[in-house]
Amino acid sequence: MIFLLKRITRAGWLNFIRNSGISFATCFIIGMTIFLIVSLFLLRDVTQFLIQNLQEKIDISVYFKETAPEEDILKLKEEIAKIPEVKSVEYISRVEALDHFIQRYKNNPVVMESLNEVGNPLLPALNIKAWQANQFTAVTSFLENVPQKDLIDKVDYYQRKPVIERIFSMATTINVIGIIFSIILATIAILVTFNQIRLAIYSSREEISVQRLVGASNWFIRGPFLVQGAISGVIAAIATLFVFTLAVFLLSPKFEILFTGLNIFNTFLSKLWLFLLIQILIGIILGVLSSIIAIRKYLEV
Amino acid sequence: MIKFQNVSKIYPKNSFGSETKVALGDISFKVDKKEFVSIVGKSGAGKTTLLKLLLAEEKPTKGRVFFDGKDVHKIKRTDLFKLRRRIGTVFQDYKLLPLKTAYENIAYVMEVTGYSDEEVARDVTEVLKIVGLSDKANNFPAELSGGESQRVAIARALIHRPDVIFADEPTGNLDPYNTSEILKLLLKIHELGTTVILSTHNKAIINTLGKRVITLEDGKIIRDEEKGRFIL
Repeated sequence: MIFLLKRITRAGWLNFIRNSGISFATCFIIGMTIFLIVSLFLLRDVTQFLIQNLQEKIDISVYFKETAPEEDILKLKEEIAKIPEVKSVEYISRVEALDHFIQRYKNNPVVMESLNEVGNPLLPALNIKAWQANQFTAVTSFLENVPQKDLIDKVDYYQRKPVIERIFSMATTINVIGIIFSIILATIAILVTFNQIRLAIYSSREEISVQRLVGASNWFIRGPFLVQGAISGVIAAIATLFVFTLAVFLLSPKFEILFTGLNIFNTFLSKLWLFLLIQILIGIILGVLSSIIAIRKYLEV
Repeated sequence: MIKFQNVSKIYPKNSFGSETKVALGDISFKVDKKEFVSIVGKSGAGKTTLLKLLLAEEKPTKGRVFFDGKDVHKIKRTDLFKLRRRIGTVFQDYKLLPLKTAYENIAYVMEVTGYSDEEVARDVTEVLKIVGLSDKANNFPAELSGGESQRVAIARALIHRPDVIFADEPTGNLDPYNTSEILKLLLKIHELGTTVILSTHNKAIINTLGKRVITLEDGKIIRDEEKGRFIL
């Protein structure tokens, strides 16, 4: 049994070497497919990052009347923090709000001058972040029924609502489109690979029929092709890893300019082994499975 | 050992409008164990079709083909290799594996049958010497002449000591010297107990053999004689 496996492996390797033109083409096609699939994985990471980023930036602010006592506001803050949908609540007093305002506009003399004239026009506020955008409704309906309702000047959720909702429906759409697009692309790539291997085996159909006629069992004929497919897959995976690493390394700075805080090279490096494993698996599965399916037809002699 | 029972093979018309062709018409004959039978006939008489039917490469339109009492066309496709291992075949068009060297082509049959590496190395070297191709062992079929390819094909057919050797025009591309060498080889194998079926249209060979001759014409047996001669 073991020496049969050895024979089959050797035959597969020799076929791979002696058919180097076709082998190279097969490696190339499998490599393209792996590249595409791995890109889709990485792209998913990027969109996840962007969506998360976006979600973190969204909050609603509850502004209180100038006269509202601080302890009432803080009491309300604790109650809001208990709502399960709420991620965080931050209290900003009038003084802090003014500090932020001055920080932002300190280089604008016109604003600073008018500020001096009116004093502190800002209101104390609570900044509320939810885990998800559609959960803000829970917060607003809660606010409508609290005893401190009279202290509330305005809730800016109502002004921002359409924008927030649009952003979140966009994020969902992007996710769905991404998944559909990935599936379509991956399917095309797999079909192209399958076809390439089918062509490679088609060119050996005469040989397969001769092997049948001189008394080789089906597994003895199939074996070397599977080995050949697996070798192509592994070589393609390793080659792709090199190309991909280089591509990500070169593109990473450009991505960082576009989206601050996103370093795709580091994301990629942190998952390097996972990626290598995925690539080799994709390569071998593609190579072997395509061979099994493609060879069936020619074993009927 | 081998029995053809009322076998007919009719090839259908193709889409280009050719006529249906009767390759074999109601043929019956038997070949016993350890017999040496020659099958003669013009090109297109149906000699190669006989071989294809025996190897179950094609199905007969009518009739049955038996090998060792078993109907070969009732054997499952996945089990056909067992039958084919027992029949060493020299194909008219050699059918060598193009990506394997002469040595590997011959060794392949032993490898699929499960001989050990040592046995393969020993026997293949020996048989290459017998067919006079020791110096071409590492050449690919594309680098061999017609006669050399034919000798590789012969070596491949007999290396694993099959029960039957079916040689379809094994001397078609050989010069007279090589022809008589190959013939001697076939006779030697026959003496050692192998059934040999030799299909040829070489008159000189048949007339020197003095063995059983089946004569085919237009898909029919017109003569079957114990000590036959080549008469067409």
